[in-house]
Amino acid sequence: MSVLLLAEITAGELSLDATAKAVSAAQSLGDVTILAAGETAAAAGDAAAKIDGVSKVLVAEDASLGHRLAEPTAALIASLASDYEHIVAPATTDAKNILPRVAALLDVMIISDATAVVDGATFERPIYAGNAIQTVKSSDAKKVVTFRTANFDAAGEGGTAAVETISAADNPGLSEWVEDKVAESDRPELTSAGIVVSGGRGVGSEEDFALIEKLADKLGAAVGASRAAVDSGYAANDLQVGQTGKVVAPDLYVAVGISGAIQHLAGMKDSKVIVAINKDEEAPIFQVADYGLVADLFQAVPELTDKLG
Amino acid sequence: MKVLVPVKRVIDYNVKVRVKADGSGVDLANVKMSMNPFDEIAVEEAIRLKEAGKADEVVAVSIGVKQSQETLRTALAMGADRAILINAADDVHTDIEPLAVAKLLAKVVEEEQPGLVITGKQAIDNDMNATGQMLSAILGWSQAAFASEIDIEGDSAKVTREVDGGLQTISVKMPAIVTADLRLNEPRYASLPNIMKAKKKPLDEKTPADYGVDVTPRLEVVKTEEPAERSAGIKVGSVDELIEKLKEAGAV
Ligand SMILES: Cc1cc2nc3c(=O)[nH]c(=O)nc-3n(C[C@H](O)[C@H](O)[C@H](O)COP(=O)(O)OP(=O)(O)OC[C@H]3O[C@@H](n4cnc5c(N)ncnc54)[C@H](O)[C@@H]3O)c2cc1C
Ligand SMILES: Cc1cc2nc3c(=O)[nH]c(=O)nc-3n(C[C@H](O)[C@H](O)[C@H](O)COP(=O)(O)OP(=O)(O)OC[C@H]3O[C@@H](n4cnc5c(N)ncnc54)[C@H](O)[C@@H]3O)c2cc1C
Repeated sequence: MSVLLLAEITAGELSLDATAKAVSAAQSLGDVTILAAGETAAAAGDAAAKIDGVSKVLVAEDASLGHRLAEPTAALIASLASDYEHIVAPATTDAKNILPRVAALLDVMIISDATAVVDGATFERPIYAGNAIQTVKSSDAKKVVTFRTANFDAAGEGGTAAVETISAADNPGLSEWVEDKVAESDRPELTSAGIVVSGGRGVGSEEDFALIEKLADKLGAAVGASRAAVDSGYAANDLQVGQTGKVVAPDLYVAVGISGAIQHLAGMKDSKVIVAINKDEEAPIFQVADYGLVADLFQAVPELTDKLG
Repeated sequence: MKVLVPVKRVIDYNVKVRVKADGSGVDLANVKMSMNPFDEIAVEEAIRLKEAGKADEVVAVSIGVKQSQETLRTALAMGADRAILINAADDVHTDIEPLAVAKLLAKVVEEEQPGLVITGKQAIDNDMNATGQMLSAILGWSQAAFASEIDIEGDSAKVTREVDGGLQTISVKMPAIVTADLRLNEPRYASLPNIMKAKKKPLDEKTPADYGVDVTPRLEVVKTEEPAERSAGIKVGSVDELIEKLKEAGAV
């Protein structure tokens, strides 16, 4: 039994954390072959070959695979599918764009955001914003699965998998890349950070969101936000934590001026330690917080930033 | 150009869901149901395209129990022109998988020949985030998932997408499938006169058999459970106490 795992690659660089977490999720399913696809992907392929538990790496380099447009990458994966029983990936936005398309090309169902592997056909996944956990068993010949990275530890390094070069599939030519608007930041990446500091509507303005950033920088943390903070323009869209944003499970999550709607909790309630700072003592966020501080964030956050060594 | 918008009837996003004691699923009897919020955004976008003269007809389609009529009437009250209901289940607890939904939608597309299909990014009940992408694969159409901006220019559309690193803009050939993300627009509320008018707009009823599509699920639900509860912690009285507790816990 063998598994094809789509590596997460951005601009030629392997996202080691997401890919290694998916490798550990897929480990029990069979021999893992990684597909590194991109305009340039050789270096990413070499990096993926070092992940423990990877038996082979396929590198496909082609201009059409450059910006992870769904159609050419899905066509490539579908052309390779006959050799594999499982086709998997970390549940990033790229994989959520591509894998359902692969599944439909193969006439099988997709299993999105799996949080646990029960056996080769059976997976656990959260539904209703994480308010229920469903165990589903697939009757399809091939299983196409994305794994929620927050639920798996990254596989270690030390592997020496063989790397093989393959060619791209025909580009269906349906879409073209125009531009990326990527916020440059020296902070840790949200989904892999050990500490996350998130701000909500309570922060009140884009300018005051700097309070959140300063606290994050003091802690060496990533910055997150509630949907309300993103919708109001205080924070960038890719910082949204929640049911329909990113799912995080850091060692420490600090929620500032966030009420704790179920859609937000869905993205952070598996964090190890949760701190909430909110001026409303009835805010639902306190029901999941290990340490709650009822206070005005405009006083508490600068004080906290100041007093942390 | 005709725009097709699939809309799903789901549990209202404000309702606290309860897992059924027998583990077979979530209790949906007598709870408030609404249009999937992402689908409201999709309907709104289609109506705005019509108002801007870029589309001439908006058709809403729903697949599910007969009560999905209410969801379609909401779409009609917002401004869709007509609706199609595919009666695919009798029990409110039966959900049709995205693959089957996509196959049915592909048949509707063959019949209706829209130039654009706008689906929601994900349904907030099963959170699969799959139907639009699957439909696009079945039709061999271009796909722009997680859209926060759509700009139609002749036979192509420029779509800005919400992705992990920020935003990506791509140009897709029409006809296309676009899936709507949260920041595409703010959906309007239907006015009372429009709700009245919607009652007279055409709503066709069909069955999966009319389209020759087998909706047998590929996934069997083995069990459904409550997630592990987080035990509530403590309130601290000051920033100093907070820092002390965090140090004790080894969190900072
Ligand atoms: C389909 C759908 C998907 C969604 N997906 C997501 C998602 O992925 N992520 C997400 O976060 N939300 C999501 N939401 C939105 C969610 O329902 C809430 O609306 C949102 O999380 C609220 O954000 P908030 O807590 O920042 O704002 P609010 O609920 O307005 O809370 C603000 C909080 O700040 C506190 N506050 C105000 N001033 C101060 C002060 N000076 N000091 C201290 N505290 C203060 C208030 O007491 C309040 O508790 C979704 C909603 C829908 C319908
Ligand atoms: C035997 C069995 C029993 C099941 N029982 C349950 C159960 O009791 N409760 C339960 O919740 N799930 C149940 N499921 C799970 C369910 O079938 C799928 O997992 C679910 O359909 C996932 O899709 P989604 O709605 O999240 O789609 P997504 O792909 O997230 O939806 C994206 C978009 O597609 C469009 N769309 C999706 N569905 C429709 C539709 N029906 N009509 C029109 N447009 C649509 C909308 O535009 C929507 O925004 C069951 C599955 C099986 C096999």
